[in-house]
Amino acid sequence: METILKIDELTKKFGNLVAVDRLSFEIEKGNVYGILGPNGSGKSTTLGMVLNVVNKTSGNFSWFNGNKQTHEALKKVGAIIESPNFYPSMSAEDNLKLVCKIKGVDYSKIDEKLEIVNLLDRKKHSFKSYSLGMKQRLAIASALLNDPEILILDEPTNGLDPQGIHQIREIIKNIAADGMTILLASHLLDEVEKVCSHVVVIRNGVKLYSGLVDQMNATHGFFEVKSNDRIKLEDFLSNHPKIEKFTELEDNLYKAFLDSPYDSQKFNEEAFAKGVIFSHLVQRKDSLEEQFLQLTNQK
Amino acid sequence: MFRLLSIEFHKLKNSKSSKILSIIYFVLFCFIALFASIRFNFGSIDFRVADQGIFNFPYIWHFNTYFLAFLKLFLAIVIVSMMSSEYTNRTLKQNLIDGLSKEEFILSKFYSILVFALASTILVFLVSMVLGLIFSDYDEIDIIFSEMEYLPAYFVKLTGFFSLCMFFGILLKRSAFALGFLFLLWIFEGIIQLVVRFQAKSLDFIVDFLPLQSMSNLIVEPITKLSTIKSAASQINPGFEKDYDVSWFGMLIVVVWTLIFVYGSYNLLKRRDL
Repeated sequence: METILKIDELTKKFGNLVAVDRLSFEIEKGNVYGILGPNGSGKSTTLGMVLNVVNKTSGNFSWFNGNKQTHEALKKVGAIIESPNFYPSMSAEDNLKLVCKIKGVDYSKIDEKLEIVNLLDRKKHSFKSYSLGMKQRLAIASALLNDPEILILDEPTNGLDPQGIHQIREIIKNIAADGMTILLASHLLDEVEKVCSHVVVIRNGVKLYSGLVDQMNATHGFFEVKSNDRIKLEDFLSNHPKIEKFTELEDNLYKAFLDSPYDSQKFNEEAFAKGVIFSHLVQRKDSLEEQFLQLTNQK
Repeated sequence: MFRLLSIEFHKLKNSKSSKILSIIYFVLFCFIALFASIRFNFGSIDFRVADQGIFNFPYIWHFNTYFLAFLKLFLAIVIVSMMSSEYTNRTLKQNLIDGLSKEEFILSKFYSILVFALASTILVFLVSMVLGLIFSDYDEIDIIFSEMEYLPAYFVKLTGFFSLCMFFGILLKRSAFALGFLFLLWIFEGIIQLVVRFQAKSLDFIVDFLPLQSMSNLIVEPITKLSTIKSAASQINPGFEKDYDVSWFGMLIVVVWTLIFVYGSYNLLKRRDL
């Protein structure tokens, strides 16, 4: 597998504040990655460092196995961070021409990419006349100009109305379906869940989890059980071989975690045989959101 | 180099304010020259600036480079705003993300400064040449092309001044602050000169090393060189003697300042988190 970006113990300090703390991960070609973290967790700072706009304090990162200087490597990268930044009085077309000049790309790509984001008919209009959604789509067109090896998106749907969010997501999904490597930073879980295959979760600049999205969700679920006889129920749960641990949520309502997959009907039968009668039995898995909150709330 | 220039030119071409200011600059340039050739008729006074001998070769080289240099303030605004607008529009950040290195960014700005200074120098040459050919009392080839060191001095002066503007633009990120700071520096240098002149005569040499003063030293005022005024001055003060030549050492000081400002801009940009 070809490595596109490798981050090794990357650290950024702003005075006493450690914004990114010895963060390491790798990005491989063909996958869609999400960086997930609450606001202020160091996502944008991390991206800023690999994109040459924020100076690292220590650690390393290398693009494309370190064969190129950062700014040369960035010509093969397409990135949008935070808000779309363009020259306000220039038309969309002129703005993209400028990007072509910087990246050394032919002008012929401009119309092709504007078509993808559905802005072709507005290309002669000045950037400042665009709505936020259009600006963001122009930014995506700009990032795609050089047919990049990787597309980096930092909060691409931030501040957009539902329609705008939907448009951007459709575009991202289409691009991802074409096999492009994408790195998507977001604090929105469903966004990451919908498009990403891999995820890195960070909080306060520290990496909490990195791996497949599915595996982050890969606990074997739990039973929610309720019974009038709490002593018998607790006895049953603590002696059951498949129950890893259990906690009491509220009055007589218990959450029992499984250590391997188990059938709820069988579980119920066993309980009945031991004289425990459930007044409530639900088997389910944590949603990604609950998992994420658990991860980020850990001290 | 041409890639960087074409990037920068693309930005300037599409920025309305830079375009208008540059046009105003070059139009004013030609206008002032034209103005001098107009004949004034105030009843009994028939006066024409051009007849006072100011357009005689080779004096015209000195006269025009000195006075037309004041117009550099217009271009200074263009340069300050082309630096600071990159900050306010956050396009500097986007340029870097798109793959421009910080070094290339500063170089692209510096190259356009050189182009501006060069264009202005060429214009000074052309305007002076035309005016001189029309009004000069002397038109022998070797007189026309003598004392032309004022032109390179003019070029160095403009380049130095624009580099200073670029540095302030990067340092302060806002055009208004940068221009204000330029004004403050001018006042500050004035105060230093007064202090040195009246309180610490022995430190006099420092004055010539101040950035703005070193630039203005390159082309000494030409008024007292004019024959009519010169003769008047020597009557009042027989010992009046002034060096009007361009000093090579003076040029060197400005070149060193230019390098300091360009490197300083680069260093600022390199250290900053955007």
